[in-house]
Amino acid sequence: MPWFLVLQRLGIAILTLIIVSFAVFFATELLPGDVAQILLGQAATPEAVAGLRKAMGLDEPAILRFLSWLFGFLRGDLGTSYVNHMAVADLVSGRLVNSLKLAGITTLISVPVALSLGIGAAMWRGSWFDRIVSILTISVISVPEFMVATLSVLIFAVWLGWLPALSYGAADATTFGAMLKAYAMPVITLTFVVSAQMIRMTRAAVIETINTPYVEMALLKGASRKRMVLKHALPNALGPIANAIALSLSYLVGGVIIVETIFNYPGVAKLMVDAVSTRDLPLIQSCAMIFCISYLLLITLADLTAILSNPRLRR
Amino acid sequence: MTFKPTNWTGRDDAMVENMIRRGASRRDLLKMLMASGVGMAAGGSLLLGANKAVAATPVSGGVLKAAGWSSSTADTLDPAKASLSTDYVNCCAFYNRLTFLDEQGQVQMELADTINTDDAKTWEIKLKSGVTFHDGKALVAEDVVYSLKRHLDPAVGSKAAAMAGQMSEISKIDDLTVKVVLSGANADLPTIFAMHHFMIIADGTTDFTKANGTGAFICEAFEPGVHSIGKKNPNYFKSEGPYLDGFEFFAIADTNARVNALLSGDIHVGASLNPRSVRLMDGKPGVTTSITTSGSYTDLNIRLDMEPGSKADFVEGMKYLVNREAIQKSILRGMAEIGNDQPISSANRYHNPNLKPRAYDPDKAKHHFEKSGLLGTEIPMVASSAANSSVDMATIIQQMGQQIGMKLKVDQVPPDGYWSNYWLKSAVHFGNINPRPTPDILFSLLYASDAPWNESHYKSEKFDKMMLEARGSLDEDKRTSIYWDMQEMVANEAGTIIPAFISNVDGLSDKVGGMRANPLGALMGFSFLEYVWLNA
Repeated sequence: MPWFLVLQRLGIAILTLIIVSFAVFFATELLPGDVAQILLGQAATPEAVAGLRKAMGLDEPAILRFLSWLFGFLRGDLGTSYVNHMAVADLVSGRLVNSLKLAGITTLISVPVALSLGIGAAMWRGSWFDRIVSILTISVISVPEFMVATLSVLIFAVWLGWLPALSYGAADATTFGAMLKAYAMPVITLTFVVSAQMIRMTRAAVIETINTPYVEMALLKGASRKRMVLKHALPNALGPIANAIALSLSYLVGGVIIVETIFNYPGVAKLMVDAVSTRDLPLIQSCAMIFCISYLLLITLADLTAILSNPRLRR
Repeated sequence: MTFKPTNWTGRDDAMVENMIRRGASRRDLLKMLMASGVGMAAGGSLLLGANKAVAATPVSGGVLKAAGWSSSTADTLDPAKASLSTDYVNCCAFYNRLTFLDEQGQVQMELADTINTDDAKTWEIKLKSGVTFHDGKALVAEDVVYSLKRHLDPAVGSKAAAMAGQMSEISKIDDLTVKVVLSGANADLPTIFAMHHFMIIADGTTDFTKANGTGAFICEAFEPGVHSIGKKNPNYFKSEGPYLDGFEFFAIADTNARVNALLSGDIHVGASLNPRSVRLMDGKPGVTTSITTSGSYTDLNIRLDMEPGSKADFVEGMKYLVNREAIQKSILRGMAEIGNDQPISSANRYHNPNLKPRAYDPDKAKHHFEKSGLLGTEIPMVASSAANSSVDMATIIQQMGQQIGMKLKVDQVPPDGYWSNYWLKSAVHFGNINPRPTPDILFSLLYASDAPWNESHYKSEKFDKMMLEARGSLDEDKRTSIYWDMQEMVANEAGTIIPAFISNVDGLSDKVGGMRANPLGALMGFSFLEYVWLNA
């Protein structure tokens, strides 16, 4: 039976990918201007645009170009950028590695911190610890990330001079210390952004299970508070927690445009923004697929976690 | 510690330095400083400091890190396609042009040894001998022929295609001589060759993933949207420079992030700061600003061939309504020169200094609006962040209109697609023009009857004739007087209002020496890497 579930998930994922690629394509088509016009900018006289379009093969209908990209993608070929004629795979690969590095380091730090704070807050609900955590998370949620990022640059780079203002070059930092320094501020900013959500969801999910009769039963039977939370309540709360984590982390690949901009970090989010502003269809589609795939992967992982942790869902 | 008057900031230092570079004498400057309330003694010490900053001796070595303001996957090493600051900086570092413009706007030879003509129509270009490309190949006539001919091929998508269109014949005479024949006489050809798009590449180059030029730096790495890295060319053909061992250039799109990176010492040069960030930098140790005016402007265009611009009195009224001083002082915070509705800035040697900007006069404006019958009618003005500061300008013009009962509406539209959908198309809209080296380029691009970017659809046979006459003439005095008259014509007759020439403000670490103004744009016309040095 679980096999069927997994297959069903996979089928849905592939269908979602196709729908997303069509949606992104149509959205791109709605944008004013095409790549020839954008490339020529102010110098776009009708003759120049027509000449360039012809030279680039843009005179074919857009839908045909899209379909040929889609079939190429299915064969594993991401196509060639309209704008600089480099292979999209080359353009994306370096940036994707950077993004995954940043996302990975942020995950390694934010998930344990968020889980322990969230579970702790639920365990000692109403205590000063819980209150401090709640106040902190709410204030962090309310502060936009450009503010956190800019403030941290002002404090740690400009005033104190401890850290570099740009994480640009973090990707080729040689020593561990240099890497730590380069990644410190973007990771702290992102941890602020994603942890708050995870902490609140974890706390809520654990509290909800604590309130169920069987946990109360465990307590009545003499289980310690710690044992009650970790052994009885937590496994049942894992599903919603995994979902909250997946939702927060899915943001780390495509949604970090502000952090990439402020710290000048060369990741895929900026690549997508560039691609949209130059109407570079193959690059837009490839980035969209990457975001969609990473999102689906995380959601599927969360689902599987939920299924495995909760026997009732297996049926 | 030199004594400085109150309210004296790094910006003022930069202004005085800039004036010295332009050739203002000590006496002129002292007079100016005293007029603005600075005492004799203080003025003297200020000038001493500024002179020192201008006349420092170059130092060799060091790797400069500089940040521009825009960069994307569309960045290119193909000079024909170059379109933004980052492209220009890279092209200037890796390639050379036949000629270049110095700070006074005079043509100097670069790869060309001489450029000769008798009739401004047939040109003979002799190349310097002994110049080599980075891959070791010697520079020959074929390279120049190939580089110039590329612009005529629509498949290349050259930004200078219109400019190159006049070259009807480009051919090799011998190994170091090229002949260019123009379809019509044009005495400005040597200046046109100084434009960034006319950089010389090796014959047959089609791959632009790495640059192979004759330039001061050899391309080590180029990743569009990320950075470019260059190292000093040991075989550079010029006797002086480059002073740097190498450079890394990238863009930080966010102005605050750019200033922060400069303040924290991560970069040595942060280009194009806005007036607000300049305030942030004033008085901070280790950083200075370089303010230069090279002729870029944001203008209000009223199309003369559509309502309401077809009513001459409306245009006249608008010219009186635009408060140029308020725009210069409040919107551009003093970092601009007041314009007089014609495109040739004071950085250009053909600028007409006798043509005064029209004074703000709401009464006269009202009179003309009444005469046009449009007073009280709602007139939309299209503005967008695509044209620098245009939204602010529109708002200020709207407020001035309100005071005399003229209803102007600000239509703010997104920057995406602005240049293809609104610019040149709407009845009243804003444009944004980058500096161009010669009056002829500006006039033929923007004001001639058949100009591709005739922003106000201005048509005048007399003007077109004068333009052709000046273009074909090799007599400097005659050209100057014609250009002065033409400036007066467009200021009075065309529907473009140019309130101010906007200054380029670059932030520099005080380690950087040798940065000067150039009429081709910010960062010494984007060629700063070849000329600046790093003090240890």
